[in-house]
Amino acid sequence: MKFTLSWLRDHLDTSATVDEICAKLNTIGLEVEGVEDPGATLAPFRTARIIEAVQHPNADRLRVCRVDAGPGFEEVQVVCGAPNARTGLSVIFAPPGTWVPGSDITIKAGSIRGEASGGMLCSLRELGLGEDHDGIAELPEGTPTGQSYADFAGLNDPVIEIAVTPNRGDALAVRGIARDLAAAGLGHLRPWLAETVEGTFDSPVTWANDFPEACTWVLGRTVRGVRNGPSPDWLQKRLRAIGLRPISALVDITNFFAFDLGRPLHVFDADRVTGGRLTVCRGAGESFRTLDGRDIVVSPEDCVIADAAGVQSLAGIMGGEATGATDETTNVFVECALFDPVRIALSGRRLSLHSDARHRFERGVDQALPVAALEAATRMIVELCGGEASEVVSAGEAPAWQREAHLRFARIAGLGGLDVPADEAVASLEALGFEVRERDDARVVVDVPSWRNDIAMKMVLDQAPDLSAERAFAAAEGAVAVDSECDLIEEILRLRGLDSIPPVSLPALSAVPLPALTPRQTRTATARRVLAARGLMETVAYSFAAQEACARFGAVPESLRLLNPIAADLDQMRPTPLVNLLAAVERNTARGYPDLGLFEVGPGFGEGGQSQIAAALRSGHAPRAPGRPADPVDLWDAKADALAILAALGAPIEGISVTADAPGHYHPGRSGVLRQGPKIVLGVFGQLHPALLAGRGLDRPVVGFELFLDAIPDPKRRRRAAPELSPFQPVQRDFAFVVGRDVTAESVLRAARGAERTLISAVRLFDVYEGDKVPEGSKSLGVEVTLQPTRGSLTDAEIDAVSGAVVAAVQKACGAVLRGEG
Amino acid sequence: MSDDLEILRQETLAALAGAGDRREWDAVRVGTLGKSGRLTGLLKELGRMSPEERKLRGGALNRLRDDLSRAIEERGAEIEAAILNARLAAERVDVTLPARPESQGSIHPISRTMEEMAAIFGAMGFKVAEGPDIETDWHNFSALNTPDHHPARTDQDTFYLPAGQGSGRERVLRTQTSGVQIRTMLGEEPPIRIIAPGRTYRADHDATHSPMFHQCEGLVIDRGITLAHLKGCLTDFLRAYFGQPSLPVRFRASYFPFTEPSMEVDIGWSRKTGEIGGGGDWLEVLGSGMVHPRVLANCGLDPREWQGFAFGMGIERLTMLRHGIPDLRSFYESDVRWLRHYGSSPLSPALLHEGL
Repeated sequence: MKFTLSWLRDHLDTSATVDEICAKLNTIGLEVEGVEDPGATLAPFRTARIIEAVQHPNADRLRVCRVDAGPGFEEVQVVCGAPNARTGLSVIFAPPGTWVPGSDITIKAGSIRGEASGGMLCSLRELGLGEDHDGIAELPEGTPTGQSYADFAGLNDPVIEIAVTPNRGDALAVRGIARDLAAAGLGHLRPWLAETVEGTFDSPVTWANDFPEACTWVLGRTVRGVRNGPSPDWLQKRLRAIGLRPISALVDITNFFAFDLGRPLHVFDADRVTGGRLTVCRGAGESFRTLDGRDIVVSPEDCVIADAAGVQSLAGIMGGEATGATDETTNVFVECALFDPVRIALSGRRLSLHSDARHRFERGVDQALPVAALEAATRMIVELCGGEASEVVSAGEAPAWQREAHLRFARIAGLGGLDVPADEAVASLEALGFEVRERDDARVVVDVPSWRNDIAMKMVLDQAPDLSAERAFAAAEGAVAVDSECDLIEEILRLRGLDSIPPVSLPALSAVPLPALTPRQTRTATARRVLAARGLMETVAYSFAAQEACARFGAVPESLRLLNPIAADLDQMRPTPLVNLLAAVERNTARGYPDLGLFEVGPGFGEGGQSQIAAALRSGHAPRAPGRPADPVDLWDAKADALAILAALGAPIEGISVTADAPGHYHPGRSGVLRQGPKIVLGVFGQLHPALLAGRGLDRPVVGFELFLDAIPDPKRRRRAAPELSPFQPVQRDFAFVVGRDVTAESVLRAARGAERTLISAVRLFDVYEGDKVPEGSKSLGVEVTLQPTRGSLTDAEIDAVSGAVVAAVQKACGAVLRGEG
Repeated sequence: MSDDLEILRQETLAALAGAGDRREWDAVRVGTLGKSGRLTGLLKELGRMSPEERKLRGGALNRLRDDLSRAIEERGAEIEAAILNARLAAERVDVTLPARPESQGSIHPISRTMEEMAAIFGAMGFKVAEGPDIETDWHNFSALNTPDHHPARTDQDTFYLPAGQGSGRERVLRTQTSGVQIRTMLGEEPPIRIIAPGRTYRADHDATHSPMFHQCEGLVIDRGITLAHLKGCLTDFLRAYFGQPSLPVRFRASYFPFTEPSMEVDIGWSRKTGEIGGGGDWLEVLGSGMVHPRVLANCGLDPREWQGFAFGMGIERLTMLRHGIPDLRSFYESDVRWLRHYGSSPLSPALLHEGL
């Protein structure tokens, strides 16, 4: 919403400066988005008169002028090069220190060819106001000296733009803004009264209302014999200042009232209305062309205005081309109506039509204004375009908009935290147009003014369906009891400024705060730290990606496809962060950074819902160093990353098994699934499937993992027994088991571990050999078994017994034979 | 001393001086003090002497043995030292070689800011609450006193998903994390103090808008919580977050459908330099207000008994301000150069007692 200072002053009697007005607007909730003050840069320029101009003694083209520029500059000598600088001329004078916008210089006092010069006489171009440069600007004879040039030329009208929040339809009017400022103590609201224009004949156009749900009341009248044409200079200037293009007097008048009073109007060319009757009704699938030349199809949900020829206007949003006022219009019919805000909002949204009228109707217009606004508009039409007015015609009736609101004074402090004396609170409300209906020491009941549709609105709740009836009822009753009170408290506080409320720190709930995060939430942070500590960089990427990219990493159900994506490649909720990580690896590689490790801890989406996934990719090589080759990353890096997180999260690492059935985006022979028990999948890891990398400039393996954080069971919170710190040295024994090639290392280790329960403290694989030293189709696994005695040093016999048990167990479980004994 | 002893001394000392390594030195030692060494031989001869002679000769021999033993020992130590020095010289490396490279990981600034917020609000008794990114339109809008036709809904360009089976409720990507507040009010009895940091989505994409971004909303519900507490809590937070105990904070009346009174919160900054705290300009950083009685009632809380405040702030925005990050889009581009520059160390998490 834009307006000029002078327009505001039509409604507000104030001596406040623009800065003061803006500060107050910000305080009371009408946020200033910008101020353009064409007068501000021109402020130092003043009107002056050349007392005498004489030839410069040392320069042919220069003149030495004695200038009277008013108080402080009664007689200044100025050297001037303009040919028209002559005695008696009224001019524009810029004192030293002035920045000249047209030539970007700052004037200094000095001397020119030996003659002192204490300022400058200016052209309009130098002021940034025009291109003509036939010397200095010539002001009318007799112009008083020492006046601000901007004031003199009427350039001192700053334009203020404010953001109006959706609840404040009344502030989409200059008068509404003036009322708020006056109530906040910045001047007085000037009285406004529409003078009636007597109707002298029956209107040849009349109203019918077939859609009263959408339009409670519609008024209109004809003005005949008008001369339409350009509107007067003052009106054009105002509209231009706020960014509107003047069109014709009749149209400009409707725009003027839309901004002056927040009252949208529409003018029909009465001669182009067919059948003499306009009907408010539902659309019926017809097409009609709007004033801005768009063809739209109206539905039964849209409220339209039709004549005998068809739809002529989308009610409250935009008129039609066929019946609009033109320069040839001589008989005009003015429409002034009250339309339902919800229907206007939904129609406008459905048809993507924006207009100043829609903007106001959907935020609510002054319910009591139609009659007066129609009178004021008629008067302006008659004044600017001549003609005579008919009687007013209407359909429907004035709606019952009257509502009351109440306030318990103690609640201003109780909710707002500021003690406001009752008299001051009531005075604030009255200044806003509320009228006191009842008052006692504790409370006041007020009538809500017709323009404040946001106060004491009809109670509409949308309570959670699963609330108990009792609870829902009590809560609803409570809302009814305090709703309008909150509205009034907000009004009182905003007018005083929220800065007047002293801040109070929250009282502590406990001397030492409890943890802000649950153990489950802490796991996300831990997973992040583990991966970053292992050299990976955290990324954050969009939760959606191209459907085809997502499809490479999992299911892409239609239920997770956006209905209105912002771009074709951001249309599917991703199944896993790997989708974005692979794209990031590709981008960084293309930029020349192929060796990297990236991770994200974020959501993946599937039919079953959303899950929190820690995912990472490594690509390229470990950095080269003296004596260390540049090893390419492999799946063991990824497995180690995944297990490091699981270990940090307290998952029982010993109980985790690995199966070779990872999903299809991994290399089928180089990937695994991390499982706890037969059912729980904790994660997957491996080398990405080569097919995913094809054509992406990635010629080295990319490895990674996904851990499903929600699947990891919470660590058991039992107290751990003290560790047994045996004084006896552990003993290590190495075994080389020859097993079939398909036998997994995990099964061998598990069997060895289980061979004996008290002495074996660790079992570790240290070698895998496949080759001609073992039978074809088999491999040799080097296993180190650690025995930790607790009661005394082990004898050879005891060691041999355990070794025998290990061999027997692995043999039984995996068909292994000791190498060299086969 | 007899001449033969003096000769032995001189010859042994000379031989020691000539011994250049451990083997030559050992030959001198054995040749002198060994079983058949020259001095040992002379000592053996003592037995054959008369007591007079033995006394005289014995004393001289013992002195000589002590002297030579010491000389041999000293020379041995010298040779060992020389050997060690030679080894150390041979083992010399170029110590300016770089240390073994380790890739440096980092935490994303968005995560870091969320941790800081959890730390600061945590100290004020808040808990972190979470909810799903895909919400019903009831949780995202209707429960928040924002019915379908509300102009505020058109201001938030919402992403829609196909309606869930059976429910009939529209599914949206949450435009704010307020749904978490709704779930909390439905699921817990007051007093409530939560923050809800998380991903939010709006169909908007340009230099200053991203279709996905992060918000941190907060909710306090209790008896007797007033707007003064709202101001105190948010002022306390902003001053702690920006590390400026006297940061100017301004509250301006505004409007949100789910709060009343509503306000926007500005902090002092310099438009010219971007410096936070000074400069006389104001910068909007968050929105807040007292929870609307209709929102409380929608969640089954009686507004005559319970009241409180809610707020919401953009995590990227606060991160950009604090760290001087110029471009919003760079947050999501995963450029390793950017991540390295703005990322933080996993070993210094956000801990109030260590300073943020």
